[in-house]
Amino acid sequence: MSDLITADLIDLDLTGADRHEATAKLAALLAAAGRVTDVDGFLADVRAREEQMPTGIEGGIGIPHARSTHVTAPSLAFGRAAAGIDFGSEDGPADLVFLIAAPEGGGSEHMTILASLARKLVHADFKTALREAPDAEAVAALIKQNLPG
Amino acid sequence: MKLVAVTSCPTGIAHTYMAAEALEQAAVAAGHEIQVETQGAAGAEALDPAVIAEADAVIFAADVDVRDKDRFAGKPLVSGPVKRGINHAAEMVDEAVAKAQAAPASDTAAAVPAAPAGPKLGPGAKLRLWLMTGVSYMLPFVAAGGILIALAFVIGGAEIATKVNGGAFEGVTYEAITDPTQILNQTGIAGLMFYIGGLAFSMLVPILAGFIAFGMADRMGIAPGVVGGLIAVAVGAGFLGGLAAGLLAGAIVMALKLIKANQAFQGIMRIVVIPLVSVFVVGFIMLVVVGKPIAEAQSWLTDWLAGLSGVNAVLLGLLLGAMMGFDLGGPVNKVAYLFGVGALASGDYTVMAAVMAAGMVPPLGLALATVVRGKLFTQAERQSGKAAWLLGASFITEGAIPFAAADPLRVIPSTVIGGAVAGAVSMAFGASLRAPHGGIWVIGLIGNPGGFIVALLAGTAATCLCAIALKTAWRSEAASAADEAAMPVI
Repeated sequence: MSDLITADLIDLDLTGADRHEATAKLAALLAAAGRVTDVDGFLADVRAREEQMPTGIEGGIGIPHARSTHVTAPSLAFGRAAAGIDFGSEDGPADLVFLIAAPEGGGSEHMTILASLARKLVHADFKTALREAPDAEAVAALIKQNLPG
Repeated sequence: MKLVAVTSCPTGIAHTYMAAEALEQAAVAAGHEIQVETQGAAGAEALDPAVIAEADAVIFAADVDVRDKDRFAGKPLVSGPVKRGINHAAEMVDEAVAKAQAAPASDTAAAVPAAPAGPKLGPGAKLRLWLMTGVSYMLPFVAAGGILIALAFVIGGAEIATKVNGGAFEGVTYEAITDPTQILNQTGIAGLMFYIGGLAFSMLVPILAGFIAFGMADRMGIAPGVVGGLIAVAVGAGFLGGLAAGLLAGAIVMALKLIKANQAFQGIMRIVVIPLVSVFVVGFIMLVVVGKPIAEAQSWLTDWLAGLSGVNAVLLGLLLGAMMGFDLGGPVNKVAYLFGVGALASGDYTVMAAVMAAGMVPPLGLALATVVRGKLFTQAERQSGKAAWLLGASFITEGAIPFAAADPLRVIPSTVIGGAVAGAVSMAFGASLRAPHGGIWVIGLIGNPGGFIVALLAGTAATCLCAIALKTAWRSEAASAADEAAMPVI
């Protein structure tokens, strides 16, 4: 099983006029790594989820995500957006954006890893460490060491 | 304090787990114990029923329906969207604790499941859970309406129904009450009680259907279920029609919820499209597909009974009694009842006695069964068994519906056999009755009351024995476990 995240799936200077543009940029990283086969199809799935209920969480976090047939391996793309991007949270824009891509019908092993990632996101110290990490390698290492397996 | 929580979200890969983590942190920070069931894509590890039983309060942080939420019936509950669980976990925990402190201790104790009710119920147990949900919401209507009607007969005598609805009774013709506000003046308190009880009874089937659908598809199920139930009443389909309407409505809403609408459409899906489509489809099917054949079957049955006029009296009593017990106020029951009323009008009083005996037996027999073998019945059933004595004694056959709707395959054969026995025995003794209703309260109008009582006792014993035998011999463990967990304490 390949790693959930690698350094080339991280954009520490993420920008975007809105959440869709930011999400599209992260999705392009997934596509470049061969983890998403059809970017437009995948983005449509993410957008459908986002329309149900915005994924922004208080504390500056956006988690666009989808289970999609266009995903080959469970993956995480991460972006840090200094300017903040609105993900529909009431307390303001998100500066930490996690794009979670899960294959449709993914095994429960994969889902367990994603679940433990989601659990980490509510820990203040994890968020602080992500904000302070110096580079993409450090972020990838930080996320990996906080996941099981 | 001990808490349990369920979290869920549409995709089940992110917010479900974030809310679980946040709630766990908040509860522990506040010095409480908590266990969270994450109904997400990683597969829900179900909460141990023992843990649920011990919990002081329940938190739902969920954007989609919590699965098997009946497991938590009777517990103090705080529920909100999944994001509230993430953003304001501490607040939800505080609220749950406050609710637990405000709730009487008995509330939590009563919801202890009798056996481990695994959340992965088989289709049979699931069906039973849905039916039980409908029944549990219907019970107060049965109790209130049935007892009011029974008391109306006790106070006002057998003619009270005719005084309210109009018609002839014992040679006196009454005008129907057209203005309900005048009912107290014109018929006294008994007429008023009869009227209110009748209205409560008219809601039995709609509430049953509405809340079966609610059990299946949550709030969206109520509208099509209730409307389907109203149509079941209108076409005379009785409680079996109501079961069908409720299951149909629930299934349709469940199916409609699966449709992935495009973005522009999604908002109005829940508000307009699902209610509109489900109500129309259920209504259409109930009227056209269910209603018409029932009406045709009824007229066929009526003709068939009329053609039997020369047949042996005991056999006729047996048949009519079986019909009375079959659907407990439904179309078949009605045909038999009207046959009795028709015979009454033409001067044959024995048929009416057989019909009434058979109509009194189902609630009486089941009430007896709850006393003889309480363990075979849920707590709520044992409670409604107490009211069923009075309803049965008053010839309110509907008193058996809560039992039959929750477990039709075992209960209906019992009420059919008991009714048949009562009808046959009553005919054999030649008992007669000059009133179309009233139960034990019109014993003065019964010819050969001793024979009538023997018929009642024989039928009651038959229903009781049959129900116990069927429930003992053919018992689903999952269903019985689900029973105790499902029934909200009333």
